[in-house]
Amino acid sequence: MALPAYATTGQKVGYYSFLTYCGLVFFFLIAPIFIILPLSFSASPFFEFTREFMNFEPEAWSLRWYRQMVGISSIGDTTVVTDKWMLGTRNSFFIGIVATLLATALGTVAALGLSRPHMPFKAVLMAILISPMIVPLIITAAGMFFFYSKVGLTHTYLGLILAHTALGTPFVVITVTATLTGFDTNLIRASQSLGADTMRTFFKVIMPLILPGVISGGLFAFITSFDEVVIVMFVGSVEQITIPKQMWAGLRQETSPVILCMATCLVALSIALLTTVEMLRRRSERLRGIKQR
Amino acid sequence: MSQSQTSSGPILTTDGIPLKVSLKKAERINKIRAFLLVLPLLAFIVISFLVPIGDMLARSIDDRQINTVFPKTFEVYKKWDRQGLPSEEVYKTMFFELKNSEGYSVGKASTRMNYSKSGWKSLLKKSKRKFKKIEEGPFKDKMIAIDKKWGDPEYWLALGQMVDPTTMGYYLNAVDLKYDSSKNIVQQKENRRIYNKTWIKTFKVSVLVTLFCLLLGYPISYLLATLPMKYSNLLMICVLLPFWTSLLVRTVAWMVMLQQKGVFNNLMVMAGLIADENRWQLMYNQTAVVIVMTQILLPFMVLPLYSVMKTISPTYMRAALNLGASPLHAFYKIYMPNSIPGVSAGCLLVFILAIGYYITPELVGGKDGQMVGNWIAYHLKTTLNWGLCAALGAILLAVMTALYWAYNKIVGIENIKLG
Repeated sequence: MALPAYATTGQKVGYYSFLTYCGLVFFFLIAPIFIILPLSFSASPFFEFTREFMNFEPEAWSLRWYRQMVGISSIGDTTVVTDKWMLGTRNSFFIGIVATLLATALGTVAALGLSRPHMPFKAVLMAILISPMIVPLIITAAGMFFFYSKVGLTHTYLGLILAHTALGTPFVVITVTATLTGFDTNLIRASQSLGADTMRTFFKVIMPLILPGVISGGLFAFITSFDEVVIVMFVGSVEQITIPKQMWAGLRQETSPVILCMATCLVALSIALLTTVEMLRRRSERLRGIKQR
Repeated sequence: MSQSQTSSGPILTTDGIPLKVSLKKAERINKIRAFLLVLPLLAFIVISFLVPIGDMLARSIDDRQINTVFPKTFEVYKKWDRQGLPSEEVYKTMFFELKNSEGYSVGKASTRMNYSKSGWKSLLKKSKRKFKKIEEGPFKDKMIAIDKKWGDPEYWLALGQMVDPTTMGYYLNAVDLKYDSSKNIVQQKENRRIYNKTWIKTFKVSVLVTLFCLLLGYPISYLLATLPMKYSNLLMICVLLPFWTSLLVRTVAWMVMLQQKGVFNNLMVMAGLIADENRWQLMYNQTAVVIVMTQILLPFMVLPLYSVMKTISPTYMRAALNLGASPLHAFYKIYMPNSIPGVSAGCLLVFILAIGYYITPELVGGKDGQMVGNWIAYHLKTTLNWGLCAALGAILLAVMTALYWAYNKIVGIENIKLG
């Protein structure tokens, strides 16, 4: 919406104050995320912008917290250097990747079924399959803690992976179902009439078309697992450290600036994932012939 | 397909089966195929997600734990008329069951007994130690001699609440009620009434967060929906990036912003608006929870609003303006009613997500900002009062389910959009 040439002064004032308001809201959304980037390079052991730091004095800027994050101590370290962050990174990726693969496989197949025209009880099934996304994490964590301790899955990687898979599947179901709307089912018939069996049709015809949705669903599932802390805390053991769990511990006990370094890395990761998903979405719209508006 | 038939009667397929039957069969096979595709995930969700939650719900009324430790005592206890003190027989069975029980199970049972009447735990612990020296009766007098609580009918009456294998006691506790010694429902003592306050606080915070999200989200969704694609795509990233950024990272960022020596206070001091020594206390209170949750949940408001606003044709507004409506009037009469589906979807989603929040209130809420989710975690990890934990969770879940159902009716669950 642009302002027409004949706009009155009142309309102009209204329009620009509207734009200013929107600008402030965008600032409110985005500023907190970027405020931590410079702070992670501060030498100060507190989460604050010191005067020296703002004046760009070299000794106030440092990479020492990054060194601590990867487990290297530097001269004059007063805080304990641990390898917990690296251990957490490994665990987070391990749990995240396995859970993502499981969630993607289960979710994609289910979405294919849900998108069929003859699906019975579609609304109820959808509501059940989406529920892990809606139920508060603390309730899920409590339920899983009670149940897993009965069947001996607490403090195991298997337990955490299963829990994270359950949390990730709704995202896969939603994105793949969205990709499948407007999917031309004649393509399947054409493939079958040309003699391809079900598997071949799936891998050669359906899969290439829904792949963007599958990948973005998978990325959603991955970030969900990667960011999840409540279940890891209640179901996992003390040694099963993940990045968010270590950050949580850091915030509750020793507020070390290493948290800011890890946060910066996570912001970089989320930017990368967001870019990938956006590109995939556009590709998918192009493939399905939906015009860019 | 069917051979051309001149005579009336059902149309037949080549196999001689009526077409209607054949079609029905084909449809049924299709239905089964579709269902088989969903089955693996459905089974997985049921086993790994719904069963644990059902297990938690069962725990909220389960009261068998203690009956397994003192089964015989409860048998003879049931015969007692609840007048004065129980008979010697009750004392005797209690004595032997307590004496011969394992310390671990007594510990668990006594914790449960303490919920009904505080004092049981220390009584059992002390008695179990002293019982070792006693071999024979009369048990009633000897037990009262050990501790006069054994002679207090209040304790024995409190035991009556635990006779049944199920109890509503945890649900009563979750709304600041309890059973008194004669099983009437009464209010908790003044200083122990915490949960109603917490429920009200949770709803208050959720409503505030939803309102603020709407106030902030509506204009920017409007802007995003009306700008040309190349600009709005860029701005959309501002909405989606927080959505993709770790919850903890955003919470840390807000700690940096809001703490006493944080960015916001620094700016205010620099601008000379507040004095250096009385910086605002923005962290560790309810205000902080509302601010941070608003920022975290704002994308969930913007995305549904945006997708609805995108479908409102700009010609509607132009037509209204053309017919002489003032911009505000046109907005109020034309645009707003058209955007209501998006508003309801966004508000419900934000509210649903807000009432169950745990991480953010825990980290930035301080004492004043704790919500129901925090009490659930507290009872799960610290007090180990799992019955109460499950009851609080069950009530929260009931509220959630009602809202989720409404969401499904109004918006349709398959219309959830993720960027």
